[in-house]
Amino acid sequence: MTAPDTVPATAAVAEPARFWTRERKAGTGLGVTGLVAAALFGALASDRPAAFTLAETTAGDTVEINGTLGAVVFGLLAAVAGAALWAPRARRWFVLLLAAGIVAVVVSFLCWQLSRSPQNVLPLGNVIRSSVIFALPLIFGGLAGTIGERSGVINIAIEGQFIMGAFFAALVATVAASVWFGIVAAAIGGLLIAALLAMLAIRFVVDQIVVGVVLIVFALGVTGFLFEQLMAPAPTRYNAPSRVPTWEVPALSDIPLVGPVLFRANIFVYLALALVVLVYVGLFHTRWGLRTRAVGEHPAAADTVGVKVLGLRYLNVLLAGAIAGVGGAYFTLLATTNFNKGMTAGLGFIALATMIFGRWNPVGVLLAAVFFGFSRALAVYLGSIGSPIPSQFLNMLPYLATIAVVAGLVGRARPPAADGKPYIKG
Amino acid sequence: MERRVPLRLELHGITRRFGEVVANDGIDLTVEPGEIHALLGENGAGKSTLVNVLYGMLQPDSGQILIDGEPVRIHGPRDAIAAGIGMVHQHFMLVPVFTVTENVMLGAEPARGGPARLLDRQRARARVVEVSGRYSLAVDPDATVEDLPVGVQQRAEIVKALAREVDLLILDEPTAVLTPQETDDLLEVMRTLKAAGKSIVFITHKLREVTAIADRITVVRNGRVVGTTGPEESEDALAAMMVGRTVSLQVSKPPQPPGEPVLSVAGLAVNDERGHRVVDGVDLTVHAGEVLGIAGVQGNGQTELVEAVMGLRPVLTGTVHMKGTPLVGRRTKDILRMHVGYIPEDRSVDGLVKEFTIAENLVLNMYDTTPYGSRWILRPAAIASSAAERVERFDIRTTSPQAAVATLSGGNQQKVIVARELTRPLTMLVAAQPTRGLDVGSIEFIHRQILHEREVGTAVLLVSSELDEVIALADRIAVMYRGRILDVVNPQTPREQIGLLMAGVRGDSAPGQVGGDGADAT
Repeated sequence: MTAPDTVPATAAVAEPARFWTRERKAGTGLGVTGLVAAALFGALASDRPAAFTLAETTAGDTVEINGTLGAVVFGLLAAVAGAALWAPRARRWFVLLLAAGIVAVVVSFLCWQLSRSPQNVLPLGNVIRSSVIFALPLIFGGLAGTIGERSGVINIAIEGQFIMGAFFAALVATVAASVWFGIVAAAIGGLLIAALLAMLAIRFVVDQIVVGVVLIVFALGVTGFLFEQLMAPAPTRYNAPSRVPTWEVPALSDIPLVGPVLFRANIFVYLALALVVLVYVGLFHTRWGLRTRAVGEHPAAADTVGVKVLGLRYLNVLLAGAIAGVGGAYFTLLATTNFNKGMTAGLGFIALATMIFGRWNPVGVLLAAVFFGFSRALAVYLGSIGSPIPSQFLNMLPYLATIAVVAGLVGRARPPAADGKPYIKG
Repeated sequence: MERRVPLRLELHGITRRFGEVVANDGIDLTVEPGEIHALLGENGAGKSTLVNVLYGMLQPDSGQILIDGEPVRIHGPRDAIAAGIGMVHQHFMLVPVFTVTENVMLGAEPARGGPARLLDRQRARARVVEVSGRYSLAVDPDATVEDLPVGVQQRAEIVKALAREVDLLILDEPTAVLTPQETDDLLEVMRTLKAAGKSIVFITHKLREVTAIADRITVVRNGRVVGTTGPEESEDALAAMMVGRTVSLQVSKPPQPPGEPVLSVAGLAVNDERGHRVVDGVDLTVHAGEVLGIAGVQGNGQTELVEAVMGLRPVLTGTVHMKGTPLVGRRTKDILRMHVGYIPEDRSVDGLVKEFTIAENLVLNMYDTTPYGSRWILRPAAIASSAAERVERFDIRTTSPQAAVATLSGGNQQKVIVARELTRPLTMLVAAQPTRGLDVGSIEFIHRQILHEREVGTAVLLVSSELDEVIALADRIAVMYRGRILDVVNPQTPREQIGLLMAGVRGDSAPGQVGGDGADAT
């Protein structure tokens, strides 16, 4: 045993120093964006002050900044952060600099918006609260997608699991007069769709994307039909669930800014956070997780050491379906208190984008979901204060961000190697 | 749980069919405790099917497996491992993004106490260290598998099997991806394991290895056991048993002076998909009527070199000329039309459209030129008659030229490619791994075709990871290592010396050396 230790046989040729590193690409993008923001937002902003407050209402102490000045200064700050990414040691500060730059661009944008709006105060507490609320379905959906794809099954049908969850939650919570039964029913609703997906994709080896799309159409159709037949004629009997209660954690809820959001919250917030932790620990520190990842990367390798590949895929798809179903309950037990046809409005697809943005990692999913939630919350708030930008454009923000991310601007996302590939023994 | 007595394995009448094909036909095999038992046979002889039955990946249609005289049923790998049987697969069964430790622990994960039952990585790591120490299988337990050289990955695979306390280890074509030196190391490991009382079933089609290490040799042909013999048997006799007729292991190659330079590659640098520099300053010249063989372990840049020459991969720097005409920047189609024949290394991915018929595959490179068609239409009659003629001439065994290529055996698929590329006048032939995975008959046939091209004055660039093939066919051998041509030697150079070059060790004043420092010599 001599030569192979020192002389690797594969071509591990020294990697040539590439000019366009990730840092430089991002830095250039950020720098240009910052300069454009400074010029454009600065020109469009007025001299009225833009005000920010930590509270959930517009009353109270505010930080004010001249609109034009703020737009220019924060735009330039973003450009500086971009330039800093060209520095020799930028690699270590990449995430920090990029985050700071993005925040600066957003603030520059807000300075313009607020200085032109009749209501020029932005209550950060309020925006953060709605960010978290909007993020909730994406967390459930993103985790569901992650669990499925980590074991090699693409779950396009999250949208369908959402709508089934929403429907069953509304129906059962009304009939049983208990939101808790509603949530359990939602999980079962998601599970039903997942069971169909698992059977068709794993057992009958049908193309997973096609199955997923078919199941979405199926779920939308079934819930729509039942809504017309059952709920629409007698909404008070079948479609009037109550909203989930808010629970307060003493002391912790007094933490400024995040305290009220995270610790004076409802079951969905607590469940989502708990699931992020559970799935993370599960995937990376338990036997289930190691096997799940092995099955998603190299199922034959798992099979040859006696791991039941198909069994594990069934389990994970069903588990993911239940989680997505609970995410569906959000729509009828929190966001509104009645079911409506097609009310999930494509959020199941954004959940998939959340999963990719989060790089198939539960913590990444959480961050990505909060990011999407924030851009939606901002769009809603700016719409409500009479922003000059049509709300349709503001509502595009999350989707534009998705395209940028999926197109690989933030770095190539690497899915599990056997993602979407059926496993056939032999 | 360590077994005290080494394991004795008997197979009785194992039969396994795939549709019409009988892959294993009543195979009997006995592996005595502590012996190295070679299973020798050609590609497609049924060796892999047999060991997959033994490891529980396939169920036999009939037959019996006995361990220490007791009949056992093996329904899956878990049963096999429980019975003391481990396997190192030809294509490694390692998760590339996992560490060595994670791969070893997978399926038998130690867990910490407590309700959470979290993974006990420390204990798993200690097990890897212990096993690799006990059998001197040096491997870093914390390295990510995809970063490891192939030889080390194989060691990790062996550690993975041994960590499960198996007493019989199946090695399926373990030397296919190794350098000669790594192969020697592996044989040493096998001796160590034997000394520790393990039995080994060693599957191969390479005679040299068999006679070097095996205690007994069972030869398999067409799914049947032809005979069992010992290592004292001559290689020629073993080859005859394996193929079913006497074969000449040498091809006759009359000496022939090389002609004008045809292909000139200078300072070529190419990156792979991940941006790694895999061809790093290659200089080559191939002359008319000459075979230049590129030897080297798979993955040292040969694939990318060939793709760059054929216009399939962007060139970073350097030039490629054919008879003075630059090829860099030209479309592959135009290069092919300049009388260049190309046998790609992966016939199913790059060489053939498997769903198409043989006739269609035979005109893939010429479909829009006379007589097969024009810019707008195909002429099916011309395509069909040409196909019928070529199927005959190249001995492609098929029911009809209109059968899909997917229905052919590997050897016949490769003959379709050869028939397509060699039935037009060529200036240059680029052949990458032209006989990979083929039976001896097809190999002989394709070797003859390549040498025929040499005789008629075609410049042949041959890339092969089978050193024997390169030595048999080439007039000069360029050894490629980590993206560079380490040396160009003549085929009389001792195997060991070429082997050292393949491992990146350059001799200083070795005999038989005809060129130095990657430069070409004539």
